[in-house]
Amino acid sequence: MRTSISERALDAIVSGVLWGFRILIVLAIIIGTVLAIRAGTYTRAQWIDFVIFGVAQGSIYALIALGYTMVYGILRMINFAHGDIFMTGAFGAYFTATWLTKIGFTDRYPVLGLMIPILVAMIIATLIAMLVERIAYRPLRGAPRLVPLISAIGASFFLEYSFRGIFGPGKYAYPPINALEGEWVVLGIGILKVHVVVMVAAGIMMALLYTLVMYTKVGKAMRAVSENQDTAALMGIDVNKTIVSTFAIGAAMAGAAGVLFSLVYRQIDWFMGFTPGIKAFTAAVLGGIGNIPGAMVGGLVLGVFESVGPSLFLEGLGIIRPYQLKDVIAYTMLVMILLFRPSGILGERLTKQKA
Amino acid sequence: MKRLSVLLSLLILASLALAACGPAATQAPGGSTSGYECTDPLGCVKIGPSDPVHIAFWGVLSGADSTLGEDSKRGVEIAIDDKGGKLFGHDILLTSEDAGCTPEGGATAASKLATDTSIVGLVGSTCSDETAGGIAAITKAGLTTISPANTRPSLTSPDRGPDYDGYLRTAHSDAFQGKAVAEFAYNFLGVRKAATIHDGSVYAQALQQVFVDNFKELGGEIVAQEAVAKDATDMKPVLTTIAAKGPEFLYYPVFVAAGGFITAQVRDVPGMENVKLAGSDGIFSPDFLKSAGPNVVGVYLSSPDFSAFTGDYAGFLEKHKAKYGGSTLSTFHAHAYDAANILFAALEKVAVQEADGTIYVPRKALRDAVYATKDFAGITGNLSCSPTGDCGAPVIAVYQVQSDDPASWNPADAANPNPKKVWP
Amino acid sequence: MMNNTNKENSLWAAIKIGLLGGAVALFISLVGMAEVFSKRDVVEKTMTLGQFVLLAISVASGLLAARRTAALLDKPNTASQAAAGLIAGFFSAAILTLFVIIGAKINIRTVFLNASPGLYSMLTLNQGVSGVWILPAAGAVSGLLGALSLSLPNAVRRPLFHAILFIFFMALFSGLFRVVMINQSGFWEKTAKYLFSQTGMTRPGAAIFFALVVAISAFWSAKGQAIKTNVANLPKGRQIGLRVIAFAVIAFIALGLPLVSGAFIAQVIVIVALFILMGLGLNITLGFAGLLDLGFVAFYAIGAYTVGLLTSYGQYGLQHISFWAAIPLAVLVAMAAGFTLGLPVLGVRGDYLAIATLGFGEIVRLLAGSDFLAKYFGGPQGIIGIQKPCIGVLGEFTKVDVPRVCYSLFDAAKPGIELSTPQSIYYIAVASAILIAFVSWRLRESRLGRAWMAIREDEDVAEALGVNLIQTKLLAYMLGAAMAGLGGAIFATLIGSIFATSMQLIVSINVASLIIVGGMGSIPGVIVGAIALIGLPELLREVSEFRYLLYGATLIIMMLAKPEGLWPSKTTQRELHHLDAGTSAE
Repeated sequence: MRTSISERALDAIVSGVLWGFRILIVLAIIIGTVLAIRAGTYTRAQWIDFVIFGVAQGSIYALIALGYTMVYGILRMINFAHGDIFMTGAFGAYFTATWLTKIGFTDRYPVLGLMIPILVAMIIATLIAMLVERIAYRPLRGAPRLVPLISAIGASFFLEYSFRGIFGPGKYAYPPINALEGEWVVLGIGILKVHVVVMVAAGIMMALLYTLVMYTKVGKAMRAVSENQDTAALMGIDVNKTIVSTFAIGAAMAGAAGVLFSLVYRQIDWFMGFTPGIKAFTAAVLGGIGNIPGAMVGGLVLGVFESVGPSLFLEGLGIIRPYQLKDVIAYTMLVMILLFRPSGILGERLTKQKA
Repeated sequence: MKRLSVLLSLLILASLALAACGPAATQAPGGSTSGYECTDPLGCVKIGPSDPVHIAFWGVLSGADSTLGEDSKRGVEIAIDDKGGKLFGHDILLTSEDAGCTPEGGATAASKLATDTSIVGLVGSTCSDETAGGIAAITKAGLTTISPANTRPSLTSPDRGPDYDGYLRTAHSDAFQGKAVAEFAYNFLGVRKAATIHDGSVYAQALQQVFVDNFKELGGEIVAQEAVAKDATDMKPVLTTIAAKGPEFLYYPVFVAAGGFITAQVRDVPGMENVKLAGSDGIFSPDFLKSAGPNVVGVYLSSPDFSAFTGDYAGFLEKHKAKYGGSTLSTFHAHAYDAANILFAALEKVAVQEADGTIYVPRKALRDAVYATKDFAGITGNLSCSPTGDCGAPVIAVYQVQSDDPASWNPADAANPNPKKVWP
Repeated sequence: MMNNTNKENSLWAAIKIGLLGGAVALFISLVGMAEVFSKRDVVEKTMTLGQFVLLAISVASGLLAARRTAALLDKPNTASQAAAGLIAGFFSAAILTLFVIIGAKINIRTVFLNASPGLYSMLTLNQGVSGVWILPAAGAVSGLLGALSLSLPNAVRRPLFHAILFIFFMALFSGLFRVVMINQSGFWEKTAKYLFSQTGMTRPGAAIFFALVVAISAFWSAKGQAIKTNVANLPKGRQIGLRVIAFAVIAFIALGLPLVSGAFIAQVIVIVALFILMGLGLNITLGFAGLLDLGFVAFYAIGAYTVGLLTSYGQYGLQHISFWAAIPLAVLVAMAAGFTLGLPVLGVRGDYLAIATLGFGEIVRLLAGSDFLAKYFGGPQGIIGIQKPCIGVLGEFTKVDVPRVCYSLFDAAKPGIELSTPQSIYYIAVASAILIAFVSWRLRESRLGRAWMAIREDEDVAEALGVNLIQTKLLAYMLGAAMAGLGGAIFATLIGSIFATSMQLIVSINVASLIIVGGMGSIPGVIVGAIALIGLPELLREVSEFRYLLYGATLIIMMLAKPEGLWPSKTTQRELHHLDAGTSAE
């Protein structure tokens, strides 16, 4: 390789700027944090609340991120429509839950009143995801990488605006479950019941998924296909079926996430999948894409940073209206991770021949 | 090569067509046709004996805020019905153009309307952003538009510039609304510590600032002024931050999405259980009830005072119910009705009709006639237009939500209003 | 006799195709398209757009079923094909029939917003449930027609098909043509009123277009090949002459268009030109160098804000320089931004890059619109009062919110030419697009261009071959950013005000999509892609409610049917065909 002086100078500038950038951001975070804590605006209970809100939001991100990470692991493809699959689940659950509440079922059997909408959401999300896979992705396997990405963007628009057309552009209030109003006191800390339900449900789903991927035949097939499709096929694995089941499982997780989201934030609309979708992909990258525990960790970290960040470092730095810049924290963190540790927090699980 | 040849042949065809067109020949000033001589500096619209009188509505008709535009459009449609669908014996044709609640959308819609030389006058836009983007094109085309729903103060300020010559409004300026809410909070509710949230939209940011300034002037204290992103869903952290400052009153003059999320989540946050909540006309709609859920009961909303409407508002609502079934969608239908009628009155004043039924509308004269509107008996009050384009009669009231059922939305109902007027 | 199993197969196939068509028809009705389109006419008092679309589905089902039958049977004949078409057509309407019957009994409107009485009466031609038989009857007849069209000779079917397609197209754009023609007054006004109605075409208009297209199409299919060979056989000099004439014609149209078309079409063309500028910029980073940037809107925003801050006479204006001086500065600032944003992500590869740049784009938008930086960028209130370009001398800046006066270059007392309408900005935008297209064409052929393509194919190999990765990548970012910055600068002057909300992620996504739909790495592809994805939806404002729905469907269909793009570059085409050699893709 030829190296002239100017080229070496350029290299030096690049690494200098990079280091400057890293140091600057770390300093900003540390100074902000110190100042915010010394200012003492918030009580201890409020700090804990921030963390809990973040964990609840993060578990939802994590559930969505699982679908991204699994599909990416197998097909090296950003399934841009995954956020909208999450939305379809929420809509399915909304109509079921509204009906169940109306006939008084939810009040009599709160547990079933929670479970049935989740089940419906998972089924609907799975069906729609399989349909999308069949129509928009499967014929494009083997095409250049950007082709399925654009097709996925198309699918995302199509789903969003179909739902908008069919169910209207308005927003719907998700019916609350009365048994879940109020809070439980755990170890002296008051936690909203909904948040407990969300965290527990997300935890159970993720544990189930992890077991499925690590200890069942389907999971083994998935891992094999993600290592190498051709070899997997030679070993007698039905690659096609495995890919479809990956989509289906990811979608089921997103569908469940849709219900949990609706329970916590109580409002759904046709565009609700867009931002959480992008955040969840960010979470997947944060944790190390292709890595299932990574997606969980990434989701939680992102959720907590978003919730705590504005009042912790931004307010400390004297930035006004810090919550407007919540997403700036998320994206800055993403860039930081990509700079410090390009393979994510837990490291990516991809074969070497990536992009 | 094949593609190229197809392209070329198409272009040649098109060019032949265009070459035959020659330069545009709109009714130039001084250009005379059969009897009537147009001397108007902005030119005249000629409406042939069998042509309709063409007016247009522009505003947000798609997207999340589409109810705002739809509501105003209905006001215009009812105004046309009241004229029997006819002016000077010609049918009235209403076309509507979606401006999407963005400046670019406004610019595109306005340029489309400006291109159509058969249009005599406009009602719109609905979002102030649309006006900011589109008004230059409209004024330049010699058109005049009356907005039923723009509330941004600067649109009718004395230094608004010549681009706004063709712009008037029947809606109130937010300078009045923010002040009214501040007085309501300080004097009526008796609160002294207030906090605000806006969603980064021009409307919300400006309105909460007006409130803040007035509230401080009255002697109150603003403990927190926060903002969220327009697509934010998790409001609990920001509400916790606000709770830490201990407000008695939370004002969030935002749109339905953020308004719904804040209202639904606010009671979950420790310290916010008993804070009084208030929004403004941006969420004064049944959509807000639909999105906010049960927590919405008790929320205060400011809006034009329907009971202060001097005209036959009840009659308008009857017509609305008969035509569209159900109640009104948003706040500004009556303002749109008045805007259309001001336009019709001005048209009747300046248009010249010939024996064969042809009508000429001088554009500048029409604009002047709209500005000259004085003591016009509209639904929203006795309207007079100021030289800077303010035609509205700004009486603001504060309403309180009584029920979370969107179907019960009817602020003007005599027996069972929802929301119910509480002030003044 | 026909083979028994095959007969069953073909029957089942016809039903299946019919049901699929029916599902599509139901979707179109539920999503609200059918009812909205029924307010627009294809032919006045004869057929609405909604009816046209629904019937077209039945015709297509019939045609497909007939074709499928022909493929399934050993000895296909017209009768069996017609039967298949009839069955498919019937079933394509059967789902809607059921829907109307159910909808009349149960109120499903609480869930499906568009299942309104208006829709039912539209589907049954205002007959109510008693007239529901019209649906399957119309479906079956259309299916039959579709099937029968298959047995027509090619020379008849194609012109018919073209004519119907053209009528549909004219109906969609009729409002546009009508207004433009009426504005010419005189002969054109009369013609427009004869051909077009307020909502579509008149009957004589439709008949004239139909006859015209049938004639042209028939003529072309008979004589087209001969003409093409004749042209190809012309001597070289004459061919060049033809090209020159074609060029002159294009230039003439380009120069004269805004004079004739009025503000709206000019505005749409300007927007398309802005997207072409951004597309050409991203084409360098993505198409040439293979770096997927999903935050491209950041540079557009930076260009727009630079011009805004430098030229605005509003309260955030900093310098009050003229548009012409601000443009190069905006380009430079955008380039510098490309450099600074490019630096940190140099080592990031593939999809990580996409998501990192997406993050950058969002950060720029959020900061520009935030209260935190509002004292510099206006926050939510944006930057307003951007000075319009002036050919002449700008008067002194006197006071905030008062625009500067534009004086003539030769006589300081007379007003100069202020480029304030979309028609005048049109010339700036189109000229910039042409200039930048030329620049990127030269870049592609340069040493740098080849280095970019080497990186795109394989970074490691390129490095081994002596390509300096850092320098080459940074240049790709900077040049791409410069082009987007130019686009943003023109955007700011066009609208006259900038708001952070205009700089959404969707702009970046649109740009990436138009490049790939046009054909990655292809310069004419960018232009075609921008026209198809940005221009057509803007022109079809009447269907704006379904704009993004159709946009999404178009993206999917395009990727399935033509993954290499509408106008691919030669290399991509070759590669894709090489890839497809083994598979059965079309």
